[in-house]
Amino acid sequence: MIHWVLFLVFGAISVAGAVNLLAQRHPINSALSLIAVLASLAVEYLLLGAEFVAAVQVIVYAGAIMVLFVFTIMLLNAGEEERTRGSRVAIVFGIPGMLIASILIAWILVRYSDTGAVRVGALAGTPTAIAPLLFHDFLLPFEVTSVLILIAIMGAVVLASREPARTSAERGQG
Amino acid sequence: MVPLPYYLVLSGILFGCGVTGFLIKRNVIAIFMSIELMLNGVNLSFVAFAAHWRALSGQVFVFFVMVVAAAEAAVGLAIIIAVYRTRETLNVDQVNLLKL
Amino acid sequence: MNIGLFILVSVIKTIIALFVLLTAVAYTVWLERKVVGHIQNRWGPSYVGPFGLLQPLADGVKFIFKEDLTPPHVYKPLYIAAPMISLVFALTSIAVIPIGNWIWIGQLNTPLEITDVNIGLLLILAITSMGVYGVALAGWSSNSKYSLLGGLRASAQMVSYEISLGLSLVGVLILSGSFSLRQIVQAQAGSWHHIIPHWNIFRGQIVGFFVYLMAAYAETNRVPFDLPEAETELVAGYHTEYSAMKFAMFFMAEYANMITVSCLATLLFLGGWMGPLFGPAIVQEILPVVWFGLKVFCFIFLYIWVRGTLPRFRYDQLMDFGWKFLFPLAVANLVITGLVVAFRS
Repeated sequence: MIHWVLFLVFGAISVAGAVNLLAQRHPINSALSLIAVLASLAVEYLLLGAEFVAAVQVIVYAGAIMVLFVFTIMLLNAGEEERTRGSRVAIVFGIPGMLIASILIAWILVRYSDTGAVRVGALAGTPTAIAPLLFHDFLLPFEVTSVLILIAIMGAVVLASREPARTSAERGQG
Repeated sequence: MVPLPYYLVLSGILFGCGVTGFLIKRNVIAIFMSIELMLNGVNLSFVAFAAHWRALSGQVFVFFVMVVAAAEAAVGLAIIIAVYRTRETLNVDQVNLLKL
Repeated sequence: MNIGLFILVSVIKTIIALFVLLTAVAYTVWLERKVVGHIQNRWGPSYVGPFGLLQPLADGVKFIFKEDLTPPHVYKPLYIAAPMISLVFALTSIAVIPIGNWIWIGQLNTPLEITDVNIGLLLILAITSMGVYGVALAGWSSNSKYSLLGGLRASAQMVSYEISLGLSLVGVLILSGSFSLRQIVQAQAGSWHHIIPHWNIFRGQIVGFFVYLMAAYAETNRVPFDLPEAETELVAGYHTEYSAMKFAMFFMAEYANMITVSCLATLLFLGGWMGPLFGPAIVQEILPVVWFGLKVFCFIFLYIWVRGTLPRFRYDQLMDFGWKFLFPLAVANLVITGLVVAFRS
């Protein structure tokens, strides 16, 4: 019972946040509604027993990645987006198309799948249970992602660093 | 006891909102956030399937998705800053040339 | 325990915890003014009540009755929400901090914390990592250059130092093998030869403790890392445009964060409520809480002492210190602790 209530409440919050992300025209409002989506998804993860994933979702996603977004919006002082011809075409075709597709998929899933219910905490994703998988079974992918993130950091530094203003004398030497 | 399809429907709705946002948004940062929304929709279905099949590896996948999202955010936001420096706009309609 | 009793006990514990925390916040402010005053050869607050002890009350009344100014050019929804975000996340993390053993109240056996979570430490990290939004949004929505600079500095600083903070805790986690704060404290019970207690700081985590202390000062925006609110260059940083109760919320959030960080340091490195027990049974029940309070008090005193002593860093020095010194140190501590534990087992 309580599982249903929590699922519906936080599902509704996450859908409302996602719709609000589309409706808002100022990026900072979109960013905040995305944070609401992420936080309510963390609660859904808790309902599914994935406690460690839920904590990491808040720490990494809401606490670090979204801070980067907000930081960039603040730094560039992004204003309200203006509507253009391209966006109008996208609205006319995009929204009805997505609505029809989502309703169709949802109907098929609910109608034709006979999979059982997911129990609360059926599969406890505690840190002790996750660790052997992450550091033993999936060791190679884990190490590869660390290389990936290192490359991403270096790429970000190269891209965002302003090219030093070189004087003509330096250019002559270089 | 929430049946698995309801979780899948929720994740599908989030993914659909992400796709819609990707199509209708004109601000680069908002488009980027729509991509994050899509990733989160997928993450939810990963966790729901993990609970359904009693396989923790589904939850481990979520970590990899998060790492990729973090790397993507770092590089993507750096690109956005670089674009803004040269074009002084965040509107994707005005960033349609390959050269500066 | 039936569900009604559980809810009743939880509500009572929440009220008590909030009351204790807010009182502690008020008297930390008083203590800070008093100690910094004495360091600078002044008296500090001394008019309201004996030793100025009623000063927090007077401050509270003043904050409530002051005019609540809203500048005309701010982005209103976020301007109002920002201080609330700060305060809520600062107060929430107290929920999983244990201050003592399980106790018996009549027939009821209950832990001395609002709830015992097996991922308590992760939960605190998650909550504190959300606190940065209050500061960042306050800086952005005020629509003022000083606030914006303060907000930008704060978010960059807090994200950078969060990494060192998190890594400095991993050493403790390896030693105790749990995320539960209660189990981490219980792993530190006992002593060597009845002299040196079995605290994590004496089990080789002295470097981790140092890194944690530095990173915690930066996370809570305190001197010498108080760049976001450097009054000599940014007026008051992110809360320049705030007044009355909204300003008080930021103020309370800062001190509540200070107390949380001190509690966490006590639990993780200084053995929590562990200490010598003696005397009759009733004293033995109370002593752990007393030890915990004393250790937390020492940390808060250290905070104030540092504020009265050290000058402020420059911004590039701050970033250099965080990334080029603290971060490698935390990684080295993690690697060495891991190797030692691996070879010992």
